[in-house]
Amino acid sequence: MSTLVIKDLHASIGEKEIVKGLSLTIKSGEVHAIMGPNGTGKSTLAKVVSGHPDYTVTGGDVLLDGVSILTQEADERARAGLFLAFQYPSEIPGVSIANFLRAAVQARMAEGEEIDATAYYKRLYAKMDMLKIDRKFTSRSVNEGFSGGEKKRCEILQMAMLEPKFALMDETDSGLDIDALRIVSEGVNTLRGPNLGVLMITHYQRLLNYIVPDFVHVMWDGRIVKSGDKSLALELEAKGYDWVKKELAAATA
Amino acid sequence: MNSPSALETAPAATAAGNPVAGIDQSRGDFKYDVTYEFDAGTGLNDKTVDYISGVKKEAAWIREFRQNALKVFQSKPMPTSWATRDLDNINFDKIRYYLASGQKPKRTWDEVPDDIKKTFERLGIPEQERKYLAGVEAQFDSEAAYSNIKDIVAKQGVIFVNSTEGLREHPELFKKWFGKVIPTGDNKFSALNSAVFSGGSFIYVPKGVKVAQPLQAYFRINAENFGQFERTLIIADEGAEVTYMEGCTAPKFSTSTLHSAVVELVALKGAKIQYITVQNWANNVFNLVTKRGLAHEEAEIKWIDCNIGSRLTMKYPGVILKGRKARGEVISIALANDGQHQDTGAKMIHAADETTSNIVAKSISVGQGRSTYRGVVHIPKRLKGCKNNTECDALLINTNSRTDTYPAITVRGDRNYVQHEASVSKVNEDMIFYMQQRGLTEGQAMSLAVNGFVNDLARQFPMEYSVELKRLIDLEMEGSVG
Repeated sequence: MSTLVIKDLHASIGEKEIVKGLSLTIKSGEVHAIMGPNGTGKSTLAKVVSGHPDYTVTGGDVLLDGVSILTQEADERARAGLFLAFQYPSEIPGVSIANFLRAAVQARMAEGEEIDATAYYKRLYAKMDMLKIDRKFTSRSVNEGFSGGEKKRCEILQMAMLEPKFALMDETDSGLDIDALRIVSEGVNTLRGPNLGVLMITHYQRLLNYIVPDFVHVMWDGRIVKSGDKSLALELEAKGYDWVKKELAAATA
Repeated sequence: MNSPSALETAPAATAAGNPVAGIDQSRGDFKYDVTYEFDAGTGLNDKTVDYISGVKKEAAWIREFRQNALKVFQSKPMPTSWATRDLDNINFDKIRYYLASGQKPKRTWDEVPDDIKKTFERLGIPEQERKYLAGVEAQFDSEAAYSNIKDIVAKQGVIFVNSTEGLREHPELFKKWFGKVIPTGDNKFSALNSAVFSGGSFIYVPKGVKVAQPLQAYFRINAENFGQFERTLIIADEGAEVTYMEGCTAPKFSTSTLHSAVVELVALKGAKIQYITVQNWANNVFNLVTKRGLAHEEAEIKWIDCNIGSRLTMKYPGVILKGRKARGEVISIALANDGQHQDTGAKMIHAADETTSNIVAKSISVGQGRSTYRGVVHIPKRLKGCKNNTECDALLINTNSRTDTYPAITVRGDRNYVQHEASVSKVNEDMIFYMQQRGLTEGQAMSLAVNGFVNDLARQFPMEYSVELKRLIDLEMEGSVG
């Protein structure tokens, strides 16, 4: 059982504060969704927690199983069990998915320990079968020339192979048509389980029809302003974000 | 001439600006003390040349050839009108031109003196020889310490000796082609090599003989303030095929070292020569090498050239496509790390109908590293059915890196086909972050990006060499993270 605790987190890019005192606790087995209009800092939150060098944390803490990870480099956090499924995954020309994942798996091994190639491919192919991904897929260069759907499937496959404790999924539904959305959601649902905590970041409610969250949070201006269960997402869908905005205005007035 | 201190002070500045200094980047950075029986002393004049010629007991014509070359060298200006001014920092008066422990290479490793043998053992040469090579020559400073060819290959009439032995034992064959592909006066450094050359390989593959395993030479600089000037001549007779591989290293000295080789290839009708270089010079070596092949009718010459390390490399392997349907190819990979300048490229001189040439050059510039591509493709008007394809791709890692491309393609007439593509790409922060988020360190991420960039080329190499290239890239990139 693991926990990811975000405690009164403040973060800026340059002089501009984007995350303004956000707190959230995620436990293994839970799926949380963060919703909110564009520009409220949802994607920034994912990048800050995973250690993107562009952002500066100005206050608060992030603890993985009780240990602050804020002084760790992005790769240390990743090896500690944090996975970010990118909204816009980078292309790595000339590096096949199989080789990339192999390097990532190798990076998790102790110094001097060599990856067992046969066992690695066996595991890779098992994960691909589980996610219904064609064998040819992993010989392609990482994300190079991929469709939106292929990029997201590549992210899910990496997540399956790296078996993180917590996955931050940044706008996983963006740029996907309904078929691709269903396929990617099925992948995430397959990986759901008692050993994985998930934080889904999304602008639209539709993703949550496919991946049903245990908790829904509304983010506004760098903070979580409302939390609830999956019914909150439906309420947002029906009433729009203006409803939250008005409620918020009434509360602070 | 430069101030005597130029050679000592300039590299120190380079080292200071280089974050990898002091880290053992490679298997090549070590040195054992060796006593030399033959030493031409420091500086260059006609007596130096006579000393080298005398020690080798050379014929009169070759002594004359050397003395003439010395005059050409002295009369030619440094090519700083088009090349880097860093060349002016070479102090020819401070260099030792000939250092050898013996005159005749040993045929077994047991006979190689211990102090030299342990260097090659540490570099893994005897082990590679046993595993996958048809023959090995191991040059230590000026002369080959070891040279051997597998019996089965020798029985086919293949000659694989060093240039000293080649001159002595096969003078007619040697004289016929020596200096014909690259004349003494081709450039200042080919003239220098012609005056003081020592070592290098002489290879002859008889008609129709296809050497299945590669022949390999390993060039090791051990001494400080030393210049290595090997001279290689490879002749593949009609229908013959041979692959030659060379590796080079030197320890990291606080002063500069000069490596200036001349390599001439002759592929007679229908012959194929593949010449592979993977070099990892220490970052204070001036590496100024002239390499050219002559391809007769339907012959094929392919240069695979991987330049890692050195302070300055200037090298433009070329092919003169002399016979109808001859083919030439240059595959070039250059990695310029902090304090390094890789000035590399290719020359394709079409001189017959239906000749084809292909150039693929990839350069990587890291930190303050600088890469320059220079290419010459020449197709005269009288020819028809010639083709050239040129691709140069540059990868920049961080904004200080510099890359320049100087393609010179002269194609006259309208019966020939030329295609040229160039690209510059960058390893950006997002790409590195993406890889780090998967658990790779920054160094591993950069290394993977570079390996991906050269992957389509590296896949064409013999397996052992693509593994070696990957290893060298990993060492360079991981060392380059500040």
